[in-house]
Amino acid sequence: MPLKLERQENVSTLRLAAAPVVALLVTLVVGAIMFIALGQDPVRAFTIYFIEPLGDPWTLQELVVKACPLLLIGIGLAFCYRANRWNIGAEGQYVAGAVLGSWLALATHGTDAGPWVMPAMLVLGAVGGALWGLIPAFLRVRFGSSEILTSLMLVYVAQLGLDYLVRGPWRDPAGFNFPQSVTFDDVALMPLLFEEGRLHGGIIVALVAAAAATFVLGRTLVGFSIEIGGSAPRAAAFAGFDERRVTYGVFAVSGALAGLAGIIEVAGPIGQMQPTISPGYGFTAIIAAMLGRLHPVGILVASLVLALTYIGGEAAQISMRMPFDVTRVFQGTLLIAILAADVLVRYRIRRVEGTSHA
Amino acid sequence: MLDAAIIGAVLASVVAAATTLLLASLGELVAERAGTLNLGVEGMMIVGAAVGYATAYSSGSLLLGTLAAVLAGVVVSLVFAGLAVWLAANQVASGLATTILGLGVAGLIGSSFVGTRIDAAPALHLPVLTGLPIIGEAVFGQDAFVYASVLLLIAVTYGLARTRVGLVLRAVGENHAAAHALGHPVRKIRTLAIMFGGACAGLAGAHLSLAYTPFWASDMTAGRGWIALALVVFSAWRPLWLLAGAYLFGAVSILQLHVQGFGLGIPSQFLSSLPYLATIGALVVISALKHGQGAPASLGVPFVPDR
Amino acid sequence: MRKILSMAVAAATGFALMGGLPEAKAAEKLKAAWVYIGPVGDFGWTYQHDQGRKAVEKELGDKVETTYVENVPEGPDAERVIEQLARAGNKIIFTTSFGYMEPTLKVAKRHPKVFFEHATGYKRDKNMATYNAKFHEGRYVLGQIAAKMSKTGTVGYIASFPIPEVISGINSLMLGAQSINPDMKIKIVWVNSWFDPAKEADAAKALIDQGADVISQHTDSPAAMQAAEAGGAKAFGQASDMISFGPKAQLTSIVDNWAPYYIKRVKQALDGTWTSTDTWAGMKDGEVVMAPYTNMPDDVKKLAEETQAAITAGTLNPFKGPIYNQKGEMVVKEGEALPDKDILSMNWYVKGIDDKVPGQ
Repeated sequence: MPLKLERQENVSTLRLAAAPVVALLVTLVVGAIMFIALGQDPVRAFTIYFIEPLGDPWTLQELVVKACPLLLIGIGLAFCYRANRWNIGAEGQYVAGAVLGSWLALATHGTDAGPWVMPAMLVLGAVGGALWGLIPAFLRVRFGSSEILTSLMLVYVAQLGLDYLVRGPWRDPAGFNFPQSVTFDDVALMPLLFEEGRLHGGIIVALVAAAAATFVLGRTLVGFSIEIGGSAPRAAAFAGFDERRVTYGVFAVSGALAGLAGIIEVAGPIGQMQPTISPGYGFTAIIAAMLGRLHPVGILVASLVLALTYIGGEAAQISMRMPFDVTRVFQGTLLIAILAADVLVRYRIRRVEGTSHA
Repeated sequence: MLDAAIIGAVLASVVAAATTLLLASLGELVAERAGTLNLGVEGMMIVGAAVGYATAYSSGSLLLGTLAAVLAGVVVSLVFAGLAVWLAANQVASGLATTILGLGVAGLIGSSFVGTRIDAAPALHLPVLTGLPIIGEAVFGQDAFVYASVLLLIAVTYGLARTRVGLVLRAVGENHAAAHALGHPVRKIRTLAIMFGGACAGLAGAHLSLAYTPFWASDMTAGRGWIALALVVFSAWRPLWLLAGAYLFGAVSILQLHVQGFGLGIPSQFLSSLPYLATIGALVVISALKHGQGAPASLGVPFVPDR
Repeated sequence: MRKILSMAVAAATGFALMGGLPEAKAAEKLKAAWVYIGPVGDFGWTYQHDQGRKAVEKELGDKVETTYVENVPEGPDAERVIEQLARAGNKIIFTTSFGYMEPTLKVAKRHPKVFFEHATGYKRDKNMATYNAKFHEGRYVLGQIAAKMSKTGTVGYIASFPIPEVISGINSLMLGAQSINPDMKIKIVWVNSWFDPAKEADAAKALIDQGADVISQHTDSPAAMQAAEAGGAKAFGQASDMISFGPKAQLTSIVDNWAPYYIKRVKQALDGTWTSTDTWAGMKDGEVVMAPYTNMPDDVKKLAEETQAAITAGTLNPFKGPIYNQKGEMVVKEGEALPDKDILSMNWYVKGIDDKVPGQ
């Protein structure tokens, strides 16, 4: 091996800030090769992907709307992953939160319930997500069952449960037996921030959550115990942190935030209950959490970048008639470039003389 | 109603359904025993399905198609290996990126084959044995993929437990620093394990597009790569438990369809969720009976040699 | 940082200016767009809609410019995609899944000059029309063929989701079957998916194992057809002609042919005669097409052709009374026919189906 990675002990802020720039450069090069290979015009593609969405107030709003659930779920996942608890079932917790929150919207539908409905829905959404998230936590603490499997399997169960509700008991009686609920009343809808566009109050919730998480994870004993519990469980036990409490805690937080994302999405951009309420946010948020290095601010940036790739991909389909699969390949390429660039910033590549194993 | 012929036919369906999962999860198990968590299974599988179908359709040879699928799975796995092993990038994110890339690449490769078909991989009817009551068709009337999955299972079980290669691989997965200190090339071994995982996922994809449903359609894996990943956890990283998990999942998936056919009026969503609930239930029982999950200690931790 | 930003803005405006010129030229062409729920490569629902789009391009040539966006999930993303299409200057937009109804309606209100067309829904507006096809007409023919061809007297039905369109398809097939053999049995398996080839194949195998020798499907992939071919059963294709997947198994297919409707509507948008309508077209209009009748004796073929002709001519209505529900109560009287709105919201089974409608 003539090349070797060497860990940079003290990564300077400058180098860290350089990561996105390096990532962009790597993406541009790799992406250009890919677009040319697929017979697409790379300059036009990049313009549509990265520049046009940022130049229009409407797409900027859409960007934030799309990033909102990713941010909320990603922050929650950061709690789990910092504690080495591998919750990969945020999608199910998202659905569970949406279901419990929507229950209130449907129960108060057509009544003259006041403005307390929306806040109560948010609370129920968080509770629903937390309860669903606590199932894998309980199974892990009580029986030692791996949360990776249980949380993933519970995603499918939650989705089928939602399917049952929307096609059965929750069906809009005036909806010709189609699988959707009534449209929520105004008191059960997320308020919009501007007259034009779809930017809703949920983004404020998400930003508050990000700020709170930054504080909790960075400045408090709770954050410390999560990290220690994750990286050195024995030391944590020695220091008096209860591993079980950490497991329950991080799953509750993670589930609650995913559930919150669910109810915000349903009461915001969707406005009613239907069989499909997520295009895989719970899984995409895993990427957001990892790209953001499990730091709320990083996750915020990563969510926006991911949202940009979706919106840019749609724009490329529309204005360049690019097939969906090309946009998918590009999204994968972009993620790989970001991951690679991240490494290139944090490690130094050195030429090594002579032979070396590994 | 439940005569021997039906039971035999149901068993045959279960075996076929379990085989896709078994193939893909065996490869992932090896990769994970070497310490790398590759969430790119779905992506490797779908590329295997697309390339395998495209090759078999163009060449008319199922064997060539299968080999191409295996090779394609390996190529995709190298993307993951490059990121996760050689650049020490985050494994979870690398695997997810690999899956997204794979789904796109497969769609592009397959787009010109939509609406075509090939003849399914033939069942290798073993004379006399196939005629055995109940289990005859299920055990001796399957296609080559089924037998390949069993042979692979035996090879992996034996290889991991009894061979030097297996010992080194496990050592790398348990404690890469120590393995490195002993002079084992940690990253090369991990890359090979990931490539084996890619080959198996490609083979699983070929099973779908060449034998199970012999045609190409976008996203035809429909999430089976994720189930394969979950089954590795279910097995507690032991090949024989993997067999149990894949067959349990396959059996419940098939049986719920039969229960519906009887018209009992149970909500189909509940029946459809049974395979997932059954897997959770079985895992809880297994884990309640013994301690620990037996996950390789270095699983998911990037390795960067200090010197 | 500020410098980078201002550079980006400058670049963006520059690109916008450059992009402005060709758009002005293209404005002479009518831009039409389609939004799809699945990939165009599904060989089912989305594939057939895209065939319709291609037919529009072929028919109207350089008068139109078409685009599509595939794999658009129902939910928050749909509204954004439809809005983006409207903003990109499309004058007529077809949204081809039920779950796009509310998003289409919301966008339609914001773009009064754009024509919107929503498939399978029931909400309309001044600039939003709806359209659907009477697939149940085809299923009545399938029922008669099944009753003639089945030796076990049992037809298997692979169903996706319990929505009215699927339920009315099951009922229509059963009514067709009962018109030949009053004791015909049906076994229904819900796969809770529109598209999962392996699961559809499993369902077909399960139905065959349980004694069904004719398989009908309301899911999108040709997997069930292949499973029937392998299992020695007969089957009906869905959405596309699937004869190549079941050369010995396929009896016929119900083919979705959206081309006539799409061409008509885009032409109307071109010459300014477009109005918001509710179209539910069937065999008569060439929207529901039967693939060639194959793998059956001549007398069955003749019967099927006669039934098809009668439905096309309007002399036969699958939902003509007397029709009884599962409790044996008369729902449609002799000489009357079930009104369209009752078919479009159907959530009950006819007499003779030994199962329960899920969720009821």
